[in-house]
Amino acid sequence: MLKFLLRRTLQSAVALLALVTVVFFLARLTGDPVDLFLPLEATEEARARVAAQYGFDQPIPVQYVRYLGGVLSLDFGPSIFQGRPAIDPVLEAFPVTLMLALVTMSIAAALAILVGAVAAYRPDGVFDRIASVVTLIGASTPDFWLAIVAILFFSVSLGLLPTSGTGGIAFWVLPVGVLLTRPLGVLTQVVRSSFLNALSAPYVRTARAKGASTRRVIFVHALRNALLPVITVAGDLLAGFLNGAVVVETIFGWPGIGHLMISSIRQRDFAVVQAAILVTAVAVFVMNILIDFAYARLDPRVSVRQAKQ
Amino acid sequence: MTLLRHDFLRSPVAVASATTLIAAALFAILGPALFGDVAGKVNLRARNAPPFDLHSGWLNILGADALGRSIVARIAVAARNTIGIAAAAVVASLVVGGGIGVLVGLSNGRMAGFIMRCVDIVMSFPSLLLALVVLYVLSPSPWNVVLVLAITRMPIYVRTARAEVLEIRERAFIAAARVMGGGTRHIAMHHVVPLVLPTLLIVAGLEFALVVLAESALSFLGMGIQPPDMTWGLMVSDGRSYIATAWWVSFWPGLTIVLVALSANLLANWFRGASDPTLRKPRKVGADA
Repeated sequence: MLKFLLRRTLQSAVALLALVTVVFFLARLTGDPVDLFLPLEATEEARARVAAQYGFDQPIPVQYVRYLGGVLSLDFGPSIFQGRPAIDPVLEAFPVTLMLALVTMSIAAALAILVGAVAAYRPDGVFDRIASVVTLIGASTPDFWLAIVAILFFSVSLGLLPTSGTGGIAFWVLPVGVLLTRPLGVLTQVVRSSFLNALSAPYVRTARAKGASTRRVIFVHALRNALLPVITVAGDLLAGFLNGAVVVETIFGWPGIGHLMISSIRQRDFAVVQAAILVTAVAVFVMNILIDFAYARLDPRVSVRQAKQ
Repeated sequence: MTLLRHDFLRSPVAVASATTLIAAALFAILGPALFGDVAGKVNLRARNAPPFDLHSGWLNILGADALGRSIVARIAVAARNTIGIAAAAVVASLVVGGGIGVLVGLSNGRMAGFIMRCVDIVMSFPSLLLALVVLYVLSPSPWNVVLVLAITRMPIYVRTARAEVLEIRERAFIAAARVMGGGTRHIAMHHVVPLVLPTLLIVAGLEFALVVLAESALSFLGMGIQPPDMTWGLMVSDGRSYIATAWWVSFWPGLTIVLVALSANLLANWFRGASDPTLRKPRKVGADA
């Protein structure tokens, strides 16, 4: 177990190093890095000052080593726009996105289990067909457009919900609702098909033969096993969630990491962009290790060695 | 093939989605030539003209934007960028990703392991974030957008192709081909690729929908195609400021995205069902119990 953890951590560290290196060299090799920090109309003098301040006048290998040293101590340099270390706004925004993720994913999981179970109970029945059509539409709808239409309908026309910002429960409804659509669809289909598998498994037949009621067979015997595949798609869902968070946070003005990233990109605040991408990457890798770990713990048939495949 | 055509014509959903996609492709090819002038024509008297009101001409049937430009015409012209970029990205990642997947599946050496680890890493990371950072550093030109989308979506083809190849290469006809003296290259091209291709095409169909959405999101966020070029995502973004007064400016382009993505998804799903006999009659619960 320990060996597995170590191995995965090492792999993730190598991946992070690769990511940081790619970002560094992309930024250095595709043009003058000073461009990333200054507006186009900056004077030569300002450019020289920035170059000297950030060490862009040094040879590339020297810059790289210095940069790596900075990254290791979470020092990405100062944010030009906010006038404080770039890592600070990132660490402030991170918990906001984490909360949004927790709320969205919990609701998505609960709903998906319910809908998936009912859909699997009568495959190809009316409910199943509606569920799969809704899933398909959800998977084909751009989240930014859904967000705009939702604002139009619930906020502008009906005046029920706030258009953007943070605050009480009402502010959560639209962002969570929009973020929910895609993971909910994917999860529902996963739960449905694993339920179908579970229902034709020998242990369910045994339970039936022993006289268990349909309800008991579904909720006691099949449910727990049907939930396992949900964990296998959790990693993909996480990546998808973060994609959605960038859009949804931007539209609804949530001070999360996606919003921070887009606004830093617009302000050409490269230090913050880098810090945000690295913190997100660390979070993603940690989550993926946890997911593998959970999978191995919950299904005794899967050894940790297999889980990494 | 005839069976497939028979199935196709009998499925209204498949016919409808294929028609939508063909219409979108026609707009992508002909749109700029037919509507190029109209789409850019500013008409301040028709500013934010409402839809279904033919006073300012039939071209404003879906309304006009803040500068009085016809939304229908702009959707038709923007089809070229949206569809073209998505198609180019999908073809590029299909060819390169599928190729790598087949090679990795056939070789399975140390290098293969390394490639699969890279694939895992790229897949676990949110593709939109990756694309944003790369487009921030490079300039968001159409070819860079294609490149970024192709690279971030490539891993899925590598993974799918490899998984298929691992199963195919254990079959007897591969061993027979090898005994007959077929080299790895011959076996890959003549025995493996034809079997892997249908699966990869299904993936490509689903991916096309995803890439259309991804490109639209990039454009919407201002990191994709830049004005005055048009894409559907950019049009939605343009209308955002008028959401309370002129909903149609961003509604119709968004609905177009939904229709195209939905058609691609439906067609890919239909093809999966039609090409795989085991999926034709879904098993009933407890049928064998």
